[in-house]
Amino acid sequence: MSTAISVTGLRKSFGRTVALDGLDLTVATGEVHGFLGPNGAGKSTTLRVLLGLLRADAGTVTLLDGDPWRDATTLHKRLAYVPGDVTLWPNLSGGEVIDLLGRLRGGIDRKRRDDLLERFELDPAKKGRSYSKGNRQKVALVAALASDVELLLLDEPTSGLDPLMEAVFRDCVTEEHRRGRTVLLSSHILAEVEVLCDRVSIVRAGRVVDTGTLADLRHLTRTSIEAELAGPPHGLADLPGVHDVRTDGDRVRCEVDTDRLDAVLAALTSVGVRSLVSRPPTLEELFLRHYRQERPERVAAR
Amino acid sequence: MSGTAGASILAQLGARRDRVILPSWCYVLIALAVGTAYTFKGLYPTVQSRLDFARTITANPTLQALTGPTFDLTTIGGLTAWRIGGLGGALLGVMNILVVVRHSRAEEEAGRLELVGAGVVGRYAPLTASLLLAMGTDLVIGLVIGGGLSLVGLPVGDSFVLGMALAVVGAAYAGIAAVAAQLTETSRGANGIALAVLGATFLLRAIGDSAGPGVRWLSWLSPIGWGQRIRPFAGDEWWVFALPLGCAVLACWVAFTLVARRDLGAGLLPGRPGPATAAAGLRSALALAIRLQRGVLLGWLVAFVVVGGVFGAVAQDMINIVATSPQLGKIIGQLGGTKALGDAFLAAVLGLLGLLSSIYTVQAVLRMRGEETAQRAEPVLATGVSRVSFAAAHVAVAAVGGALLLVASGVVTGVAYGLRSGDVGGAVASVLGGAAVQVPAAWVLAGVAVALFGLRPVLTGVAWAAVVVCFLIGELGPSLRLPQWAMDISPFTHVPRLPGGTLTGAPIGWLLGVAVVLVAVGLAGFRRRDIG
Repeated sequence: MSTAISVTGLRKSFGRTVALDGLDLTVATGEVHGFLGPNGAGKSTTLRVLLGLLRADAGTVTLLDGDPWRDATTLHKRLAYVPGDVTLWPNLSGGEVIDLLGRLRGGIDRKRRDDLLERFELDPAKKGRSYSKGNRQKVALVAALASDVELLLLDEPTSGLDPLMEAVFRDCVTEEHRRGRTVLLSSHILAEVEVLCDRVSIVRAGRVVDTGTLADLRHLTRTSIEAELAGPPHGLADLPGVHDVRTDGDRVRCEVDTDRLDAVLAALTSVGVRSLVSRPPTLEELFLRHYRQERPERVAAR
Repeated sequence: MSGTAGASILAQLGARRDRVILPSWCYVLIALAVGTAYTFKGLYPTVQSRLDFARTITANPTLQALTGPTFDLTTIGGLTAWRIGGLGGALLGVMNILVVVRHSRAEEEAGRLELVGAGVVGRYAPLTASLLLAMGTDLVIGLVIGGGLSLVGLPVGDSFVLGMALAVVGAAYAGIAAVAAQLTETSRGANGIALAVLGATFLLRAIGDSAGPGVRWLSWLSPIGWGQRIRPFAGDEWWVFALPLGCAVLACWVAFTLVARRDLGAGLLPGRPGPATAAAGLRSALALAIRLQRGVLLGWLVAFVVVGGVFGAVAQDMINIVATSPQLGKIIGQLGGTKALGDAFLAAVLGLLGLLSSIYTVQAVLRMRGEETAQRAEPVLATGVSRVSFAAAHVAVAAVGGALLLVASGVVTGVAYGLRSGDVGGAVASVLGGAAVQVPAAWVLAGVAVALFGLRPVLTGVAWAAVVVCFLIGELGPSLRLPQWAMDISPFTHVPRLPGGTLTGAPIGWLLGVAVVLVAVGLAGFRRRDIG
């Protein structure tokens, strides 16, 4: 499996603000890769470096086997980008923008363009200034999806879209995936990430703090266990990886590190299990765990 | 009126946002007035020296067209009022237009007014705040000019009359800008309309002041003309204050009435749908730059053609007036005869057009900075368009557009002058040459803007400062007898004065070389820096 994007030790500062602090990111060719993180974590900055719009202070960045800073224009013909905050020319119509951006990228599939306009229910004759936020987003999405490219860089592409349009977007990305295109999707919509992404990277304060498939990431978190036993549990709290044990007679509830489940289940069955409820961590818990760690001082200050 | 609730807070916000630009305007305008008086005091200390100077002015209709009517040139105050009345009024007009549009229509267009308007802010508050800010600045400038001229030693009462005469002219244009801001959806359009009115009213008084008694009434149609006819240091016509003030009140009333009748974000001139697909030619960075800039260029082109045509047409009238005056005949003889007088007038007009064209070239170059800060450059640069072709496209529009303005106005001026003087071919040839030699100087200022854009994008405003400096050097330098090194700062000083002067290649070659180097440096810098 070849790599579409490979970033190691990427650093970028704006004056005294450190935006990227040694970021590593690998995206395999043909995968849909989720790029997650709280606001201001450095997601958009990473995408701008990948586009050669910003120059890295340090680190190596390889995109489609090229250097995004040096080979910007040749690489750009093989990728399409949807910015997080789409601003359009007030006096150009949406259709004109879509055609223009497509042509500047080296060509646009007219049939696909018209098909996408219909699916996204976008009126291409309106001027840029009269589109709502969601409709501006659609213009950028249609322009990107109608281009024949290998890589899509999408920066929170569904912000401002209604749920119906989000569903259309998901269908489109799934199609792109099937056609073998690589997608780097920065997003906050966890349901979207769960449906679309093969792998995710979570970025916080300019570094990737976790990366892998969703199953991998889940593995690192805790599963909550609720059991009714034949007798009182003994020594459960002393097992490694067991937290928050609460017992009420023969009933027990606890949180278990997912990679320690084996030993805990063995301990429970040794007592005798009458009923057992095990709940895997939700995505929200997974992300909140990473997101929250960013600001412990604020929690402490409360 | 609850409709203005929040206006004072918005005005404070505006003052905070403009904390650099407004004091800069104040400084330039106050320094212009007080510095002129101070310099005249040194240059013409005696009544006799002032009378000699006055005779050369009255013999030169060019000066009256570009500055204003002469009322009493025997005093320092009278000379100062003559010299800065028109220029100061026009600059104040520009300031008021930019301030009012920036804090009303531009905010609305950017969508920020929606954020503010959801708070406890009345429907009329944003426009009220922008007018308070503009007119408050007018008042400050007027008072400080009054105080400053008094300190220079001019009569205190008349000093404040001159200051206030300038301030009320500014207020009249603030009102006009307030109306313009209601007409279009874009701040660019509003600025265009209001500045076109300013240009037209400047032109009216230029003709009225120079083309003979038959058309003198034209000056009474212009706020700048009213300011001059308040006659500071020459009899103080108090009642004339009522004209600019009345104009300001009336225009504000119209603007507020329009505010009450329209939706937030909408203009009176409605937007139309556009084409669903792009024209076949819209497929390159250059095509996009042309598409984005063509409307503005067309507006400038109309203005340049009108100005050139009007000045070309009245040139012969001015020569006739002066030539038939026996007292002035001798001075004209010293100046080189009526032919020389006509040439000098045309050369002065072309010099003014050259300076004005640099405003166009600089704003056309800085359009790409606007694209960048509005985050519209990013999606374009994320395609196959290289940075150099993105920037070069806008530079090309600026350079070719600036040349087009000067050539077109040169042809029109020449034709208009030739039709009156009877030699169209000769007039066009000589006037066109005079217009064309201005092009390299305008390109140098465009080059300054490109260099700043590439190297220090946050400082692109400095390009405007360079334009203002060139204007002040060109318009005031000769009568203030600035030293040659100071005059040489402006590229326009190096332009051969045509028609009438001799055409030399060296300065034009140097100007072209400097412009090319500046553009190359800017493009090289843009390749290396971060976007955004």
